Amino acid sequence: MSTASKQLPAIPVEKKKRKYYLIPTYIAVVFYVLFLGFPFIWMFSTSLKTPYELLQLHPSLIPDGFYWQNYIDIIEKRGLINSAKNSFIIALLTAALTTVFTVPAAYAIARLRKVFSGVATAWILISQVFPVSLVIIPLFMAVRRIGLLDTIWGLVLVYLVASLPFALWMLKGYVSSIPVDLEEAGAMDGASSFQILVRIVFPLLVPGIVATALFTFLNSWNEFFFALVLIQSPENETLPLTLARFMGSEGQVLLGPLAAGAFLATIPSLVIFGVMQRKLASGLLAGAVKG
Amino acid sequence: MSSVSTKEVKLKKAKKSKKAKLYNRGAWIYAMPAFIPLVLLSVVPLSQAVWTAFTDSVAGFDVKVSFIGFENFRRLAGDTLFWQSFKIGIIWAVSVTFLALFLGFGLALLLNQKLRFLGLMRVLSLVPWAMPPVVVAIMWSLLLRPQSGPIVDLFTALHIPGAQTDWLGDFNTALPTVILIGAWVGMPVITVSILAALQGIPTEMVEAAIIDGANAWKRFRYITLPAIRAITSALIALNIIWNFSSFGLVFVLTAGGPGGKTFVPALFAYNEAFKYGNFGYAASMGVVMALAIVGMLSIYLRATKKEDTQR
Repeated sequence: MSTASKQLPAIPVEKKKRKYYLIPTYIAVVFYVLFLGFPFIWMFSTSLKTPYELLQLHPSLIPDGFYWQNYIDIIEKRGLINSAKNSFIIALLTAALTTVFTVPAAYAIARLRKVFSGVATAWILISQVFPVSLVIIPLFMAVRRIGLLDTIWGLVLVYLVASLPFALWMLKGYVSSIPVDLEEAGAMDGASSFQILVRIVFPLLVPGIVATALFTFLNSWNEFFFALVLIQSPENETLPLTLARFMGSEGQVLLGPLAAGAFLATIPSLVIFGVMQRKLASGLLAGAVKG
Repeated sequence: MSSVSTKEVKLKKAKKSKKAKLYNRGAWIYAMPAFIPLVLLSVVPLSQAVWTAFTDSVAGFDVKVSFIGFENFRRLAGDTLFWQSFKIGIIWAVSVTFLALFLGFGLALLLNQKLRFLGLMRVLSLVPWAMPPVVVAIMWSLLLRPQSGPIVDLFTALHIPGAQTDWLGDFNTALPTVILIGAWVGMPVITVSILAALQGIPTEMVEAAIIDGANAWKRFRYITLPAIRAITSALIALNIIWNFSSFGLVFVLTAGGPGGKTFVPALFAYNEAFKYGNFGYAASMGVVMALAIVGMLSIYLRATKKEDTQR
């Protein structure tokens, strides 16, 4: 896009004017950069401050030194490693299972008869209207009945339920963007429908699958409410649970370790977002626009 | 000549539909692995949830559950605390949505220009989205600490009246503060979606408008706004749905306090179910919330439809 506009002849009148109107624009830029970035930087700065420094009346953004003890404290003494492990396993399992279930279904919804895909799409949308605080009640009872309460597997099951509709919606958009002609050519050449799915659709769908899986992973990694209801014992806690519990109790006193833990919990999400920036954005839209 | 080509087209069409049917039949098989769990894990629990609202179900194991009709709803109608929370929920959902829309739209407009620091802004604009709600809550409560937090310190230095306020703990400021943080979280999805719509505007169109002498306001009014209308309506609807039943952020930030000022309905239902164990009653709250969402959506959709027909 940028190359196209560069080739166009410049419009002189506009160019002269531009400088003045850029002043409020850059004020807005500064506002947004601070508004979006400062909280995060402040948290990182807090995580490097000594308990003494945190009590100062006029806090400074730059810490006096690097007090890594906060990180050691939160990781070793507060069991954050174990929670991180739980969160990672849960998010990974959820992403994997969601992908396994949604790829064929998304294909079916995108390509099946109109009525059928209409019903499925309507259901996906309706399921968004129900508040989680309502859905959790039967899910809690079901998970308890099958004896998975307070286990990692119980949480994975519930996350699977929660992520299926949106993952389907997202993947459906990716499938729709694959031209049907390719599949028809395959059918013409005598490929079975299974072969078409595996040989033609699947390779083209890989970017979409990766985006959907990462999105699901992130949602599970960040999720709080279901974990709060379903997990009771500290050794099965996910990262957000441990952090929330820590914030409620000791965290008010131990701000340094709290900030350190919160910072660590964000890193995987930021890495995924950094890598997938564009994919996630376009993927999110794919379902809506091409649906 | 023309008859030949129409014939060809017809032939092609016939072939196409035949082939399409061929693999349509197979598609059922692929649908099954997803639809069985979808029905089992989504349709069934949702129906059960609605059913629970009409029972006296409580938390304990093996407790006899009986159908009590609209009893829960009758009780709920007289529950002033719930309606207070319900009102807070509506204020919260609508304010967060529109504040986030306003901020997100502004950011999208900026990102759509050729400016310096664009790369940095692009990355930053997604940061709130990537963060776990619990971390967002921790981060903002660090910023808003009453004694030695940076915001209180800055406001004091600037001699802003009421600078020493405990923003999250004060009766008057708690809800607005939480709403601002909610908007901070909601911005990225809105920014990204609107930006995509803005980038879909053909550059030729804008250039033609400039040549025709349309000023910045007119270009905004007649090119930019129509281009983002559809996505904006969708975003408003979705955000109201999400925000009305959001839980994590407020739970960690204020737990509903001070004095119930930020007691959103999701918190209310959570307490009722998992603190007091009244599953049936809590489910009836969830049903009322779902109905409220549907109600808000239909009002909203009707309003936008009216606007469309007036155009």
